This record gives sequence, structure tokens and C-alpha cells, in this order.
Amino acid sequence: MINLHGYGPSILEGTFLTIAVSLAALALSMLLGILGALGKLSGSLSLRLAAQTYTTIIRGIPDLVLMLLVFFGGQVFINQVAPLLGYEDYIDINPFIAGVSTIGFIFGAYMTETFRGAILAVPRGQIEAAYAYGMRRDQMFRRILMPQMIRHAIPGFGNNWLVLVKTTALVSIIGLDDMVRKASLAAGATRLPFTFYLVVAFNYLVITSISVYLLRWLETRYSAGVIRA
Amino acid sequence: MDIAIIFDNIGIYLEGLQTTAWLVSLSLLLGLVLAIPLAVLRTAKSYAVQAPIRAYIYFFRGTPLLVQMFIVYYGFGQFEVIKTSFVWPLFREAWFCALFTFTLNTGAYTTEILRGAIEATPHGEIEAAKAAGMSRLLMLRRIVLPSAFRRALPQYSNEIIFMLHGSSLASVITLVDITGAARIINSRFYSPYEAFLTAAVFYMTLTFMIVFLVKQLEKRWFAHLQPQKTS
Repeated sequence: MINLHGYGPSILEGTFLTIAVSLAALALSMLLGILGALGKLSGSLSLRLAAQTYTTIIRGIPDLVLMLLVFFGGQVFINQVAPLLGYEDYIDINPFIAGVSTIGFIFGAYMTETFRGAILAVPRGQIEAAYAYGMRRDQMFRRILMPQMIRHAIPGFGNNWLVLVKTTALVSIIGLDDMVRKASLAAGATRLPFTFYLVVAFNYLVITSISVYLLRWLETRYSAGVIRA
Repeated sequence: MDIAIIFDNIGIYLEGLQTTAWLVSLSLLLGLVLAIPLAVLRTAKSYAVQAPIRAYIYFFRGTPLLVQMFIVYYGFGQFEVIKTSFVWPLFREAWFCALFTFTLNTGAYTTEILRGAIEATPHGEIEAAKAAGMSRLLMLRRIVLPSAFRRALPQYSNEIIFMLHGSSLASVITLVDITGAARIINSRFYSPYEAFLTAAVFYMTLTFMIVFLVKQLEKRWFAHLQPQKTS
């Protein structure tokens, strides 16, 4: 077994933070993704344009640049706006919030594309039939569209999630104590950088492998009732 | 917003652009050179040949680029064997570590893209090649690879963009690429909007240029595959 010189618990703590950041960012990205997809498919030109601009901009800029922009820029912005609202103290932007919102915002764009494709994969007749039965828009969404689009969304969703988990490594750069930063601290103290970064790399592999397993299970579950050729 | 900061310091950004450009293009080129034989071997039937390639791909696709870069840049110095060997003068340099990591990373992704393309070769083409008496190597060179490249191009263009964006991590290990330039400007003038938005504009321009160039390439190379215009 590898000797971690007592830094094992610290790395484990960082691993939990990595998972927390990932899950929080995932929740935000799914919300933005659904809104984005509905925007892209909506009848209103301005909504379509807004959603299109959102996905285009996000895909053109590196994650790190966006994160630094949100972290440093957000800091300046908040401290310019807060005094106008009568708040006098200097506000430090929380790296957890900066990290989660940036990653959620980035992956919201990817989720938008995934969900858009999934919605389009549901046969139009199903939706027409729902309306013909007199369902309201929200009923149609909840009863007809949602259960069927999930199946089509899972493969793309899974890919996005795997990339998202790896992207959380960037939060260590803005000072959040995720497992990469914990490893940096341990590496500095013990002069064993290779050991600690390798342990962290292995942790990522464990998280992604478990995810792949769960996603496969989900896919099977949601494909129940679908006849395979 | 004070645009003057950017105009006065545009030189740093242009230097950064240069670094990003050579780092990305060289990594992509070396990664592709690495990926072609690996993708061919990956389709081999022997498990002994496949296993090490699979492990390589699994590691590089399953872990963050940042961690891979830290393992190379900070980690390799942990071993006396490397420190006393002839490669140390190279691995001591940040630019070499970045190039090394990026090459291996894009090599892994490219191998998977090419493998998929090779496996999708229509069976009839291979049979025809065999029937025409081609050797394995000749068949690979004349039939399999050219059509695999064609199928791989759309996905490969995504990989190019991922590499461009991933290269911004080089700024974390002291290299002054476009992101590095922005970080210098931000810390010198405390002007995050100007600094990072300028970097964002540079990256967006590069991304759209790549997308445009690949489209042109597709039109030129695969003119016979374009959707038929109905007159």
C-alpha cells in the first residue's frame, strides 16, 4: 500500500468536496440545460437567439478563462455594486460559489444541446396526441415528453457528467480545497508530488468508473419497453 | 472598463498567442502521429497488444488534464532516476512538460476517434481490397486509413477545439500563453474584465477560425460526399 504520511484523511476530505462541487454544478447545469433547450426550440425569436448566443459563447471560451473571469471579475463587480445598494463592507467572493456557478454555466450549454436533441427525438405524434387528449402544456411535459426524452438524453448526459467531474479540478486554481489542491498541499509538505497526484488521478478514475456503471444501469432502466433490433 | 490597458499591452497578448499557437499545433501533430499506429493496433485481435493501449487511453481520458500535467511537471522530479538521466534538462522545463502532457492527452483521445472510424470501415471495401490481392499494410494505406480519416474529421475538429481550450492550463505552470498573458495583466492592473475578456475574444476568434477551416477542408476533400444539390 502507498504510504500517504498521514495525508490520507485530508485527500479524502478533498474528494468529498470534489464530489460536492460536481453534484452542485450538475444540478445547475441541468436547470440551465432544460431552459436552454426549451429556449432553442421555442417559437419566440428572441428566446432562440438568446439560447444560441449562450451555447456559442460558452463553446468558444476555455473553462479556465471563464472561471478566472467569474472569480476575479465577480469580485470586482460585487464590490462595485454592493455600495450602491447601501452595503459598506468589502465582500470576498466564495470560491465554492464561483466554481460551481462557472462549471454549471459551462455545462449548461452542453446540456442544452443534449436535451434539445433528446426532445427532438420524441416523436411529434406523441405530443400531438397529448394535446388531443386535452392535456395542458405542463401535463404534456411531465407525462409524455419528460419520461421519453430521458432515455435519449442519458448517453449525452453521461458524457457531459464525466467531463464535468474532470473539469472540477480547475477549482483548485481559484483556491478551493478540492482533492487536487489537497494533493498540492500534501505534495509540498512531503516532497512526494508524484505519489499524491497519482492518488488523486486514481480517485478520479474511481469516480468516473462508478459513474459509468450507474449510467449503464439507468440506461437499461429507462430503455425498458423499447424493442431492440 | 479601460480598453487603453489592453491596447498598451497588446504585445503580451500577441506573445501569448504565439505560445498558444505553437503549443497547440505541435501537440496535435505529435498526438496524431502517435495515435495512428495505436489506433491500428487497438483494432488488433490479440489481447496482449490491446491491453496496454487500453490502459493508456483509460488513464488519459479518465483523469483531468490538470492532474496529468502536475504529475509530469511536479511529479517526475520525485525520482532520482529521472533527475540524473539525460531527459531531465527537458522535463525541468515547463514548456516541455506542457507539450509532453498535451501530446499524450490528445493522442489518447485521437486514438479512440480513429479506432471508431477504422472499425466503421464498410466490410465490402476490405473484402474488395483482399480480393485485389493487397497486403495488410497496403490495404491499410490505400483503403482503410484514407476513408477512416474522412469519417474521423468531424469528431477530430472537436478534439482540436478541446486541445485549444485545454492549452489554457499551461498558464498554471508558468507558461505565458493567451491565458497567461491575461493573468499577468490582471495582476498588474487589477483589471479582471479587460484582461480575461480580451483573452476570451482571442480564444473565440481562434475557435471560429478552426471551425471555418475544417468546414473548408471537408468541402475540399470530401466534395463527393456533400449532399446533392437538387436543381
